[in-house]
Amino acid sequence: MTSSELKPIARQLRRDIMKMLMISKSGHSGGPLGLSDIFAALYFKILKLDPKNPGWSERDYFFLSAGHLCPVWYATLARRGFFPTSKLSTLRQINSNLQGHPAPSYTHGVPGIEIASGALGQGLSVAVGCALAVTLDKKPNSVYCLLGDGELNEGQVWEAMMTAGHHKLANLIAIVDRNHCQIDNRTDKVMEIEPLADKWRSFNWNVIECDGNNIDDFLAAVDKAKVRNGKPTVIIAQTIMGKGVSFMEDDYKWHGVPPNEEQGKKALSELAPTEMGDFVTFDWEK
Amino acid sequence: MLKLASTDMKATRLGFGEALVELGHENPNVVVLGADVTGSVRTDLFMKAFPDRFFSVGIAEQDMISTAAGLAVAGKIAFASTYGEFAVGRPFDQIRQSLAYSRLPVKICASHCGITVGPDGATHQSLEDIAIMRVIPHMTVATPCDYFETKKMIKASIHWNHPIYIRFFRDNTPVFTDAQTPMEFGKANTLINGTDVTVIACGLQVWEAVLAEEILAGEGISVRLLNMHTIKPLDKDAIIKAAKETGAIVTAEDHQIHGGLGGAVAEVLAQSVPTPQEFVAVRDTFGESGKGEELMRKYGIAKDDIVAAVKRVLSRKKK
Repeated sequence: MTSSELKPIARQLRRDIMKMLMISKSGHSGGPLGLSDIFAALYFKILKLDPKNPGWSERDYFFLSAGHLCPVWYATLARRGFFPTSKLSTLRQINSNLQGHPAPSYTHGVPGIEIASGALGQGLSVAVGCALAVTLDKKPNSVYCLLGDGELNEGQVWEAMMTAGHHKLANLIAIVDRNHCQIDNRTDKVMEIEPLADKWRSFNWNVIECDGNNIDDFLAAVDKAKVRNGKPTVIIAQTIMGKGVSFMEDDYKWHGVPPNEEQGKKALSELAPTEMGDFVTFDWEK
Repeated sequence: MLKLASTDMKATRLGFGEALVELGHENPNVVVLGADVTGSVRTDLFMKAFPDRFFSVGIAEQDMISTAAGLAVAGKIAFASTYGEFAVGRPFDQIRQSLAYSRLPVKICASHCGITVGPDGATHQSLEDIAIMRVIPHMTVATPCDYFETKKMIKASIHWNHPIYIRFFRDNTPVFTDAQTPMEFGKANTLINGTDVTVIACGLQVWEAVLAEEILAGEGISVRLLNMHTIKPLDKDAIIKAAKETGAIVTAEDHQIHGGLGGAVAEVLAQSVPTPQEFVAVRDTFGESGKGEELMRKYGIAKDDIVAAVKRVLSRKKK
């Protein structure tokens, strides 16, 4: 699939996210919108997977460490065929599989999710364990882990970085969603994490920087990361929180809130419909 | 009185280390994680035998638990081990989210538990771990009474499809079970079948209870002794039966009085057969440095404390 085919998928994911949050009236807007390009690229181009057999032993493993970003993950998994898109209207509601923070299908979550996340800072360690297992079995699978930049405040992430470097896990690719925003403020106001690339390098990682809202740039970064040279690789993806919705872009206040009806309508008007079609048509759209 | 299988002294942690090596030979998917104290918790034995399947994470217990979860996601049978205080206290959030909520059957194997870790003092004496682990949904909590039971428990754990916390100890302690003594998770072992009172003990307090029973038998008191090696899931049937048949319960553990074995037993009694119960446990206080035996006496969890508790509960027993 080419980037020109992936772009409308990313736009549809953004429409899905907005509609999901308009229905749930609860959840995170900014981060998921900013990650739609990366999720379209991962699930429709990069990851080796089989939606009909989520536990396929040859699959690439994907871990979303920053669980609160799950609206984009749910939309992506549904669009990729892991479960029906009609379920997207049940986000955060009682008796739904779409929990506020992700859970695996064998608890009460959805297929395609390997482990729960939500409490921050655990995912990279999990990915390290998975990469150790794959290495031990001499299998070709790649292991991906997506982290938020605010999440890097958590000490455990640095423990996992050390462990991955120590064990030279060349099959491990971390992706940092570098949108410079976290719940309270911009990241440099809450906790300065720069020089970020130098920090990862000093933990014995390869570092690749890219524009996470440019699909071609991100695909090229992953191609580079897949060249295994005896070290784990991190892709620091510069993204814009709220990307695609003008009044949400680069504003940390959109970290953890949904749009109200008026804001949602405005957001959808900025995201042109795609051939894939929405999972729900609101009365006012008819 | 208990007919002793043997009177050897051997450490539960050695039973753990030896069982891991046996499992390593039997199952290529068994892997072990170490957080730098491998010689102490005896994972050094596995590390030497199977260096490819031993993973060092450094002194990083949170990372160790989540890494074990990742190994389990990819199909490995992961054992994570360190001292009890650090196995539970530091990575609570990781155990709750990555293991219990995610239902990954990782084995957390905690050595150096309880007050008998002695000279190291209160910072290293895990007296809250049973309570902390017991309150998490889906967790199994077990604690062996001696070397053989530890071995059996570790070997059985790979067929137990739930996250499990196994609590054992540093010191050499009496070996009073043998290779044939049954060990089934969730099933109490009745060591002595008395009629006047039941002592329900776990871990090292099972031996203290054996010694207490000798004293009480000499005074004409018939004690039933249950080794409650699994605290969750708890053998409710055995507790209810004991309450109905003996009418008085004493619990004994190397743990805080709140939330441990005694609390678990009280929850069962209150809901089914309200029965007088006395608690032998550490009374909501931290320990201190000293020899294990000295501390057991000072903090009220030695054989004499069990004897005294039995007499108290008998005085409360309905005539």
